[in-house]
Amino acid sequence: MSGNEAVARGAWEAGCRVAAAYPGTPSTEILEYAATYADLYAEWSVNEKVALEVAIGASLAGSRSMCAMKHVGLNVASDALMTQTLIGVGGGLVVVVADDVGLSSSQNEQDSRHWGRFAHLPVLEPADAQEAYEMTREAFALSEQFDTPVILRLTTRICHVKGVVVPGEREERPVLGFRKDPARMVMTPLNAGRRIPLMLQREEKLREFAEVTDLNRIEDGKDARVGFVTSGPTYLHILESFPDAPLVKLGLSHPAPLGLIRSLAEKVEHLVVVEEVEPLLEQEIRAAGIPVHGKDLLPRMGELAPHVLRPAIRAFLGEAVEPEPAPRRTLEFTVPVKVFPRPPTMCVACPHLGIYYCLSKIKNTQIAGDIGCYTLGAGHPWNALDTCIAMGASMGVALGLDKGRSPADKDKRVIAVIGDSTFLHMGMQGLLNIVYNRGNVTILLLNNSTVGMTGGQEHPGSGRDIRGMDAPQVDFRKLVESLGVKPERIHEVNPYELPTLFKALREEVKVEDTSVIITNQPCVLTDRYSHQPPYAVDAELCTGCSNCLAVGCPAIAVTRRETVIKPNGSEKELTFVAIDSAACTGCDLCPGTCGPEAIRPLAEFNRAGARV
Amino acid sequence: MKGEDQVTNILVAGIGGQGVMTAAEVLSQTALSQGYDVKKTEVAGMAQRGGVVTSHVRFGRRVLSPAIPNGEADILVGFEPAEALRWCGQLRPDGVAMVNRVRQEPPVVTLGLFTYPDDPVAEMRARGIEVHAFDAGAIARELGNLKLVNTVMLGAIADYLPFPAEILKEEIVHRFRARKPDLVAVNETAFEAGRAAQAAS
Repeated sequence: MSGNEAVARGAWEAGCRVAAAYPGTPSTEILEYAATYADLYAEWSVNEKVALEVAIGASLAGSRSMCAMKHVGLNVASDALMTQTLIGVGGGLVVVVADDVGLSSSQNEQDSRHWGRFAHLPVLEPADAQEAYEMTREAFALSEQFDTPVILRLTTRICHVKGVVVPGEREERPVLGFRKDPARMVMTPLNAGRRIPLMLQREEKLREFAEVTDLNRIEDGKDARVGFVTSGPTYLHILESFPDAPLVKLGLSHPAPLGLIRSLAEKVEHLVVVEEVEPLLEQEIRAAGIPVHGKDLLPRMGELAPHVLRPAIRAFLGEAVEPEPAPRRTLEFTVPVKVFPRPPTMCVACPHLGIYYCLSKIKNTQIAGDIGCYTLGAGHPWNALDTCIAMGASMGVALGLDKGRSPADKDKRVIAVIGDSTFLHMGMQGLLNIVYNRGNVTILLLNNSTVGMTGGQEHPGSGRDIRGMDAPQVDFRKLVESLGVKPERIHEVNPYELPTLFKALREEVKVEDTSVIITNQPCVLTDRYSHQPPYAVDAELCTGCSNCLAVGCPAIAVTRRETVIKPNGSEKELTFVAIDSAACTGCDLCPGTCGPEAIRPLAEFNRAGARV
Repeated sequence: MKGEDQVTNILVAGIGGQGVMTAAEVLSQTALSQGYDVKKTEVAGMAQRGGVVTSHVRFGRRVLSPAIPNGEADILVGFEPAEALRWCGQLRPDGVAMVNRVRQEPPVVTLGLFTYPDDPVAEMRARGIEVHAFDAGAIARELGNLKLVNTVMLGAIADYLPFPAEILKEEIVHRFRARKPDLVAVNETAFEAGRAAQAAS
């Protein structure tokens, strides 16, 4: 099973009763798997902070509980985390955080182990799926033993790698029940001040525990030139690359067992820390007076897989290094061949296509984007997104662009683009803020009734819960209106109807007020989307104007290019197209961009491709 | 054939939606059923949107790192010729590439921003790589279902694995027997067509 499935299995076996998450690559599948256990309450929360708070409440109620998120999600949840560390736990409380080392699908690459130091919490780092399973169980036990939330830190290589996992049985555990204790759980300054020494004592006890627990161990090796300190998946990369090297394997990497590390350092010529991403252990080891190498030899970003590790360490040892290709910022390796890039694209018939087609045709815009499939609008052929920072950030950024504009930008139209789930996650407050502060912003709320980028999860606007059962469904028009947007400034449009969409957009960007345009067609990858008969291009009628290519639908392909001389002597390039009818879903978007009406239903053509 | 302590490394490469993950899953399950330790990477997230997809399948007595070290792939399964070319440097010198010749140009190519290599298979061969290339799409189309490309490609590598081809075939058939029994026969045909196509190419 994958690391994500293993975590869900471990949690269920540990008697976890409540699990909450907001979807985010590479952590999404943890809750999807957790929801397959009928005796475990699982939910999609609106954001990571709420997910953590639900898990905190369940823990205080006496149940073992868990929340899961991607690295940037813990930034959102950190407010609650930084105080919960003072309170401790009732039932075991595990915070699972998945770092996207290698940025396969994230806006940054950050090291969540920092939060363990910042919040004085233990950090567990499994090396593969089997350990992810074991350490999840262990995390619940540790949480209760030391009265602390526990961070289980995964990386993409753990979450999405499948390996052999030997599971066990579910532990049935009594629910302890909520016990009122305001001095402990009501964090007034006085109460919090009394808890801080307890938190620091706890950290010292964990430091002692780290020296003796089986989670941390020395593995001997006969090549004593380099000894490694490793946590997480780098353990296996080292075994693969340097099977004879001695090492300290850290499962509980914070607080670090400096005594154990010192004892290895004394046995080897050089100590090298192999950690993804930041030099956290390295700095702590150096501060303890132990000579150590780390980021002076190894990169500070990306995976430390064998193709990175081997040449770096061999060069350090003065051994011959065969040339290896430079690492790329993805999970995979690059090779010395020249092949065009294949960036992610929007899907055939995606309801966002029409939006970006219109946005790309409107001049004088500044467009604040957000996190989701629609971030792809920044790419070809639309180039219709100017910023993308964090979940919900389009709202605040747009207002800032409006209020902070230079005299030269006086006539710029400020637009924000945000998806339905992102809006519910963190965008609502931003819209309230725009309205309250009289922002001149046009907001495009792209409601496709799902969390698209992570594979189609449910949310409060989709009408279903995590198990696919009917759930209360938020009405976006009413929601936006209740946040203060004037009813006449709210438009609900079908994004496949280009004239309506254009009209709404053109009108609203001219109005000096807050406007919201809500789209209402489902993601094409969900079961809510219905396919229609496909289209084809009549080659006789196609004039090569290439307007349909501006839609950006991957089903439209160029068949040939031709340069012609216009009557006035200037050159013009014509681009003739065809539609991949096997991929086309008949969304009816591109026919609206075709002047000569060359895009026709496939049914009008014979097998030879001629219209009949 | 490899020594029993050695790890077999298979790199499956293609584009989101082509069935790369499914092929890797079938290979992993088959290796698991043969008593091997198996590790398989999954690439998700943005790769779903028409991006590059690769999966590393490693099996042997004990598999350590889930990533195939550079230049150690035994088999490259290329679902698309340019993708096979992109990853061919991962092959060991005596490795073999199975390539579906059906070209899929991304929007950046159709829009004229980049050019598609003239003949990716020839470029690979020029590097001294043993390449078996065939039109898996045509084979699948003749059998009446484009989704069979997956089974065709698995059939093509079946004679290069450290266990009999029949075992891989049985794993594929087993998957259909439970859910879609009407597709069992056509998948068997597709598998054998893949075996024959690689042998002839």
